[in-house]
Amino acid sequence: MTEVWQGFLKALELIITLDPEVMEIAGRSLALAATSCSIAALLCIPLGSFIHFNSFRGKRLIINLTQTLYSVPTVAIGLFVFVFISRASPLGNLGLLFTPAAIVIGQVLLVSPIITGLVISALSGVDRAVIETAVSLGANRFQATALVIREARFAILAALIMGFGRAISEVGLSLMVGGNIRGFTRTITTAISLETSKGEIELAIALGIILIILALAINIILNRLQHREE
Amino acid sequence: MKKGIFLLTSVIISLSLVLGIAGCAGTTSAGDEPMPPKQRLRVATTTSLYDTGLWGYLEPMFEEKYGVEVDVLYAGTGIALEYGMRGDVDVITVHSKAREETFVSEGYGIERVPFAYNYFLIVGPAGDPAGIKGMTPEDAVKKLYEMGSASFISRGDDSGTHSKEKAIWKAAGYDYEAVRGAGEWYVEAGRGMGPTLLMTSEKQGYTLTDMGTFLSYQGEASLVPIVDKGGILLNVYSVIAGNPEVNPKVKGEMAGNMVSFLTSPEVQELIGKYGVKEYGMQLFTPCAGAEPAS
Repeated sequence: MTEVWQGFLKALELIITLDPEVMEIAGRSLALAATSCSIAALLCIPLGSFIHFNSFRGKRLIINLTQTLYSVPTVAIGLFVFVFISRASPLGNLGLLFTPAAIVIGQVLLVSPIITGLVISALSGVDRAVIETAVSLGANRFQATALVIREARFAILAALIMGFGRAISEVGLSLMVGGNIRGFTRTITTAISLETSKGEIELAIALGIILIILALAINIILNRLQHREE
Repeated sequence: MKKGIFLLTSVIISLSLVLGIAGCAGTTSAGDEPMPPKQRLRVATTTSLYDTGLWGYLEPMFEEKYGVEVDVLYAGTGIALEYGMRGDVDVITVHSKAREETFVSEGYGIERVPFAYNYFLIVGPAGDPAGIKGMTPEDAVKKLYEMGSASFISRGDDSGTHSKEKAIWKAAGYDYEAVRGAGEWYVEAGRGMGPTLLMTSEKQGYTLTDMGTFLSYQGEASLVPIVDKGGILLNVYSVIAGNPEVNPKVKGEMAGNMVSFLTSPEVQELIGKYGVKEYGMQLFTPCAGAEPAS
């Protein structure tokens, strides 16, 4: 247990001294998760809307499949992406393996089901009366859709927060396709993994505490944004 | 309005990050950018060369000398060879002679160039519960198998060290699959050398390790040398540059530079001196191009 206390002190030390390597990996974790989430949001809010607002054969199945994909193991995605972008494969020429771009690709795949599914849930939560009123007042299809999305913005933002949380906390994917390269693809989570296996428990705990602080800070900011809407 | 700002901010962040990431993806341009990104050389290394800190020591020297970024991937020999075959890395530094020779003969590597060596040894708790101190490696493992009580922690990851361990079992007359199923005393760690030493120390068992990693982990792992005599224990590290003819994306020229770098007289001397001050003995003995006969 003293290790946890020592780890806490070490975390304070690293933060106060603005330790460059820790700042670098913290920044990288944040940047990668933010990028992946933003890309996934741009893709999945429209996708979720499309699925929600249209009836088509297999809609139920697609929604079920999306929800099943919430819990896909990150190493599985990592393996999948690895095989696709390894130089031995057709997409290999892009030279993406062991770069931050590979981690972003993987994380987008990771959070897309979550964002899509929760967007659908969010939109389902909006009263039918909203769309009927809009249409009766002369809104076209696009305007009515935009209105419902706006009504559901609180829950949609919650979906993005969820996705961000999943992205910033994953290890398996970053390790496999990023390679945990110091100064290039090392993130807080992969660093924790490495330091623990090297026996540097104090440092690993310190990094863990920093990660939690980061995640909390982001959540607080996003929550403020959410609540300003009310 | 607030949502709009948030969306705008995230779009700006994403765009700048995507551009930044694209710049780091390691493509060398033909001079159409004002400042071309540095070339990246990827090296997959056996864990023992990494856990000793040798790569951390040599990497900045190479980067400065050749003006490239070196990406060192921590891998076991097995996965390093796999990366090499796929062309995902440009150079590998490993220690499994038979597999290296196959790698080169199949065309994936240009040439197997030994550059350093040390010895494996079996380490264990100071009290030596299995009573195998001073035996030959083959006799020691035989006793461990027959006793079936003292833990033996295997790398279990197809690494160079793991290959040597399997060779010792074979030399002692055992079928490896039988050893794997022999009982709970045989533990497959599935991790690098440093982490395996820590696990062995935790369990107060025995393991096969290279001298370099053992010395650098002496402060953290409470283990002592138990079996260190035997020709089979020779451990030769080689560097192999990838073959651009088989994997066109491999940076053949810079990979060749890495080979020259590791076998150059200055670096060979540095390798020989590495760790001597701290540990009182050599972690690696340089042997540019010519490996000792076991």
